[in-house]
Amino acid sequence: MKFGASTEASPVVRTEFRHTSIRTKLERSGIVLLLVAMGAVFTWREPAFLSVDNLFSILQAASIVALLAVGVSITLAVGGFDLSVGSTAATAQMAASYVLVVWHGNALAAVAACLALGVGAGLFNGLLITRLRVPDQLATLGTLFLLAGLQLIPTGGRSLATGSILPDGTEATGAFPAAFLALGRARWLDVVPVPVIVLAVVTLVAVLVMEFTRWGRVLYATGGNETAARLAGAPTARYRVAAYVASGVIASLGGALIAARVGRGDVGAGNSLLLDAVAAALIGYAVWGAKRPNVLGSAVGAVFVGVLLNGLTMLNAPYYMQDFIKGALLVGALAFTFSIGRQAER
Amino acid sequence: MVARSVSKRFGPTVALDRFDLSVAAGEVVALMGANGAGKSTIVKILSGVYPGDGGSLELHGKPYAPASPQEAKALGVATMHQSIADTVVPTLSIADNLLLDRFNNAATPWFITPAARLEAARSIAALVGLDIDLRAPLFTQPLATRQLVTLARALAVKPAVLILDEPTASLSAVEAERLFTALDRLRERGVAMLLVSHRLGDLKRMADRVVIVRDGRLVANLKTPIDFDDATETMIGRALPRTRERKTVRSTADQGLQVRGLKLFPGADSPALDFDAARGEIVAFAGPLGGGKSRLARTLFGIERVVAGTMTLDGQPWQPRSAAEAIRRGVFLVGEDRWSSSLFPDSVPFASIEGTLSFPFLSTWFRNGWINRSRERREAASAIERFSIRCNGPADRVINLSGGNQQKVVLARSHAEPARVLLLDEPFQGVDAGARADIADVLRANAAGRVTLVFVSAIEEAFEVADRVLHFDRSIVESNIENLAGA
Repeated sequence: MKFGASTEASPVVRTEFRHTSIRTKLERSGIVLLLVAMGAVFTWREPAFLSVDNLFSILQAASIVALLAVGVSITLAVGGFDLSVGSTAATAQMAASYVLVVWHGNALAAVAACLALGVGAGLFNGLLITRLRVPDQLATLGTLFLLAGLQLIPTGGRSLATGSILPDGTEATGAFPAAFLALGRARWLDVVPVPVIVLAVVTLVAVLVMEFTRWGRVLYATGGNETAARLAGAPTARYRVAAYVASGVIASLGGALIAARVGRGDVGAGNSLLLDAVAAALIGYAVWGAKRPNVLGSAVGAVFVGVLLNGLTMLNAPYYMQDFIKGALLVGALAFTFSIGRQAER
Repeated sequence: MVARSVSKRFGPTVALDRFDLSVAAGEVVALMGANGAGKSTIVKILSGVYPGDGGSLELHGKPYAPASPQEAKALGVATMHQSIADTVVPTLSIADNLLLDRFNNAATPWFITPAARLEAARSIAALVGLDIDLRAPLFTQPLATRQLVTLARALAVKPAVLILDEPTASLSAVEAERLFTALDRLRERGVAMLLVSHRLGDLKRMADRVVIVRDGRLVANLKTPIDFDDATETMIGRALPRTRERKTVRSTADQGLQVRGLKLFPGADSPALDFDAARGEIVAFAGPLGGGKSRLARTLFGIERVVAGTMTLDGQPWQPRSAAEAIRRGVFLVGEDRWSSSLFPDSVPFASIEGTLSFPFLSTWFRNGWINRSRERREAASAIERFSIRCNGPADRVINLSGGNQQKVVLARSHAEPARVLLLDEPFQGVDAGARADIADVLRANAAGRVTLVFVSAIEEAFEVADRVLHFDRSIVESNIENLAGA
């Protein structure tokens, strides 16, 4: 026989595959099945859970975290980790409020300021990482602090709304225009909240780019084996910067939606965003047995957490249980991804 | 140390078949053998990594059966492995590196003053004549120093037998000589040494006796003076052709690759390279690990800076600034060690045959960005056909292929678009004989119209594939085989 080694190997692979196919299916659909099961239980205990209104309010509540998680998963795909998304979003909502309330800008200017801030944060992260060779987590941790502090400076550490007194003693006289508030509060056809639509569009675009274009391939290749990607002619440093810029822009878009929903610049707005987004992105590893960062999984992960928290709240679970439940869910999903998934692979 | 009819099987393959070896005190025995002949199996059995299946080992006339490398060391058999990166901690000081074993010894007191530590380290360093500031972090030191540190650590336990696996692989000639001087002292002190090296120069300098292993069997036991031409032929198992017939035309000024005065390394003593390679020709650069072959390949590919000299390709100056530019202009590199240089881990979604094949050509095949899966599948199917890759189809994950087939995928990728220059760094790494013959056939069949340069450390691989073999060790040493074997 000409290829001794390979003829031995391939039949084994095939039988293994047949043997595990049911298991693989279960693994692929595990999280989604769990989501359906949870929905069934919540509906059984509290029929109001399944109402269209409630479902969309879950989605609306989860949309900001889901957006940030999409950004995080793009940076995870290039082998990085954007820890600054939470404070980017928080700073963006402050910036939007400042533009509206202090500078009397219109809705367009406020959104543009948010996005510019996102691009800036992403570039800053990307250049720290690719030029100065600071490790990803450390660079973005630094940016996290920097932005969390920066958002406090223009208002002297206070929240910002119409009538707020600025550090120089003047009063902010601008107001949130209706066009801007609509971003966070309006519903399309009186049913679908705008943040949910934004999330759907961003997720769709990100999924298409990541999974079906050559740019997505280079992003994943950079994360998988940067040397191999570079030797194959890919400008990996540029792609890493691009991933952080994408993450920053998506996070700042999230910030704009927060400002529009809350109607003021809130100093405490970004508090739990980062951890929730990271959790969602990591839960996303387990969706469809991907075992890798993926955009759709991250969005599903955020919704999953949202459903769980909403259902439990409806069943009168105390609010202080929320973090513990999220933690248990994250640990479970990670254990599922890294141990059970690996056994089935063999 | 004596080994008697030691055997080792891995599944159906016999790695070592009734192998006999003896090393006397104060003797340096060199172990020669082609890739996969069983050299490393011997080293691993002797150093206690795994036991042999049959036969017996003796040390000082007593049975010797180490259960682990630690036990082997305790019994007086120290091993210096090839990859020193795994055996030192670059961020620690030289002194602390020298004392690592002592730190891990339960008998060591829990507190040692810095001065006492330095003193203890100094006595270990003296074993190899290492006379530098031991407080410096190891990563500030050249590779030779790291190698000496590893050697000193191995010697700290006063071994009776020292096994050296490719000790000069990453050393320059001057650095290697420093190592040999240290080894000479050990020889005088009566340490038995087993030296594994691809560098004939090392063997000439050090060996009292040469043992040649082929297909797991001892085939020759040569005493000094050693005829290295004979030794090389015995190692490969057949006579080497004196000069291989040239099938191709001589390079003309506007066809193929000309290299003039190329310096790979900074520094005045760095040798300048001159060579021509014609279109249609396969030229092999054969030489030891660490001789700069990979660096030459990377320089031609444009990812390593040209220190001095010029390169000309098809009559035009060739000054690539990046891998992307080289690929765009038809110069492809297949890097050594496929999993670090070419393939993507299975966590990458497109780590299939088709996705791996298309990766370098994404921007030319899919201009508008959208991946056309059927085009990709077609390209992969034709590559599978051309390279007789054994698989279920283009969508197969690369990780599930055998080593030989993985390598074929990597090579097929460099044939997916026509190349002007194809640079292959260790293309036969981890490939069995059957797949190696396949690969050599395909390379020859596709050699017309491009310059093919192959960089290998095993001479027999060079002869299997090339029209012309150049011996390369920091510079082109000689181009004919008599000198090649004796270099």
